[in-house]
Amino acid sequence: MKLAVVVQRYGSAINGGAEAHARYIAEHLARHADVEVMTTCALDYLTWRNELPAGREEVNGVPVRRFPVAHPRDPQKFARLSVHVFERPHSIGDELRWLDAEGPTSPALVKYIRAHEHEHDFWIFFSYRYYQSYHGARAAAPRAVLVPTAERDSTIGVSIFAPLFRGVRALMYNSHEERAMIEAVAGNEGVPAVVVGVGSQIPADPQAGRFRQKFGIAGPFVVFVGRVDPNKGCDELFRYVERYVSGGSRFSLVVIGKPLMAIPDHPSIRHLGFLDDQDKYDAIAAADALIIPSPYESLSMVTLEAWALGKPVLANGRCDVLKGQCLRSNAGLFYDNYQEFAGALRMLEERRDVAAALGDNGRRFFREHYAWPVIERKYLDMFDRLKREPPSPPMEPLPNWLERRRVDRRPAIELVDRIPVGPVRPAASTGGEPRLQEMAR
Amino acid sequence: MPDFNVRSDSVNVEQLMEQIRARIREKRGVDYTEEQIREIAAVRLERFLDPRGVRSGLLEEFQRTDADPNYAFEDSTLFDSSKAPVRWIRRLLRPILRLFFNPNPLFEALHLQAQLNARNATRNRLYYELLHNLVVEMTRLGIEVKNLKMRVESLSARVDFNERRARALESVVVYKAGEEETTEPEAAAPVAIESDAGRGAPAPESGAPGPGQRSRRRRRRRGRRGGAPAASVFGQHAPAAEGGAPAAVNTAAEAPPGREPSAPPPAGPSSGGSHDGGDTGK
Repeated sequence: MKLAVVVQRYGSAINGGAEAHARYIAEHLARHADVEVMTTCALDYLTWRNELPAGREEVNGVPVRRFPVAHPRDPQKFARLSVHVFERPHSIGDELRWLDAEGPTSPALVKYIRAHEHEHDFWIFFSYRYYQSYHGARAAAPRAVLVPTAERDSTIGVSIFAPLFRGVRALMYNSHEERAMIEAVAGNEGVPAVVVGVGSQIPADPQAGRFRQKFGIAGPFVVFVGRVDPNKGCDELFRYVERYVSGGSRFSLVVIGKPLMAIPDHPSIRHLGFLDDQDKYDAIAAADALIIPSPYESLSMVTLEAWALGKPVLANGRCDVLKGQCLRSNAGLFYDNYQEFAGALRMLEERRDVAAALGDNGRRFFREHYAWPVIERKYLDMFDRLKREPPSPPMEPLPNWLERRRVDRRPAIELVDRIPVGPVRPAASTGGEPRLQEMAR
Repeated sequence: MPDFNVRSDSVNVEQLMEQIRARIREKRGVDYTEEQIREIAAVRLERFLDPRGVRSGLLEEFQRTDADPNYAFEDSTLFDSSKAPVRWIRRLLRPILRLFFNPNPLFEALHLQAQLNARNATRNRLYYELLHNLVVEMTRLGIEVKNLKMRVESLSARVDFNERRARALESVVVYKAGEEETTEPEAAAPVAIESDAGRGAPAPESGAPGPGQRSRRRRRRRGRRGGAPAASVFGQHAPAAEGGAPAAVNTAAEAPPGREPSAPPPAGPSSGGSHDGGDTGK
């Protein structure tokens, strides 16, 4: 079997969620099939500048083919078009211009996909929101398997994506909530789909003592791992932690990640900057719990890593995906306001038996749903199934020149507001087990 | 957090969150900082809202009033018509119209205004609902305050009654202690409650037992039924307790630290054990 993985950036040094996801999947599927990665020459997701040479290379044993980006992103133009498309009535032409402005605009990549569609059994596209996925999946629709990595933001309300979700050969979702959201937007219940997610490369022996010794950290602490960014809920997290420790808690907060905002100078908040994987896993192993304050996540890999290491999680309850994961796994608590944050953290601090039980549940949940053999099996089963089943109907064509100029599209945020909210809860009938939505239809 | 009863082998996150929320609900109201409490206390809510002056059917009355008029405005509204040929001609001529001016900003502005109107209408309804809920809550609180006042008054009355009862019982003890002073003056000396002697009841005749005697007998019997051996109740002088004098000494010796030996023994059913022994002096 020959597979192609298409993603906006690719490389072992790229730590973006969807990009790392794509790399892990490519490297693991390479054990079962011939895998080739198609990507751009960009490294920076804000500018999409060409920084790597075009052509073929190999990354961790997987062949990679890079294509140049036609033009870098113009932030002002992109911001202007985003406001127009998200907040005002607009046309399909406006949405296509917005997609072009978002990038990474690589017509050469799309042209290659169109020309070599039949050379691969399946094309796996990552991140629906980018140029290469939209145009690439349209170019190879009968063989396109989309990994949407969708979040509940305005982009999901952009109307050009609904035909994409309806027209690809299959969808590999990250979570039940993502699936519910996309089905509500696109009405694509008939498309073969499965909730998969991604595994993680957990080291065999993370050492808590090594971390404490290396960074001089004593006492109980909770850890945040990720980009230190207000969009990730970090400003709220810092406020909450300062207020919580002022009440006499022994907990401190260890922050790991690149800062994009000022981190408060507080004795209970310790920022360690960006750490390599070994230190990161050591830190999680040493922590009492992991905090995920982000209100927007399609699948938090660090959450899965914490569960793999048997640590409980305290998540932002405004993120349906994280809340749903906590409920289905019985491995994490969540909060919607400070009182709940403090109550949940106090429980993790004072009830060690509860925290340990949550961690055990997390370890079991990870093993059952996110261990690599499980993930690989879900992909391979889907490919087998797609080979057996008749091809799906062709993707809806783009409207003609005149139609594309009709201002008949509603603001994207209006559509997002209409999408049902809330986590997918475990079904009581299955004795606390998650609803078996991942069973392919 | 001793009130979290969660078995670690069967953790249910939903139940845990429900417990956390229940605790928050319990704590609500005492969770304010000192400044917040002072700020709240400084505001006289009555100056802004008087529940007696607000009609209870405010919300219903508001809902009965006509909503503000609004319109729907889409990009096709200007060119719409009930007649299909007219609609068709207008659509045909629309590109020509667009040559003269750009109607898109007009569409957007009017569409946005229609949305704002709709939002304002919703918001007004929410404001009134909020006001209504506040009034209801204040009324509820007012009733609760009245209930609490009544309970305080009732408790105060019961405290007064108990005080009077205690004084009456003490006066009987004083009377008997005074009687014992005549027979065993040296033993009765530590019970120095002479100040209450003036309020003592008249001594009953020696042949007929008075109310104080009956009460003491009752307490003596209760003390024996209480399970403690008589020796422990009456001390080592139990056989002589009927004589009364050693018991009075016992009372002084068993007084808790900080209490003056001369203080009167507590009265009422809650006092038992060694205090009963103290009261048995004749």
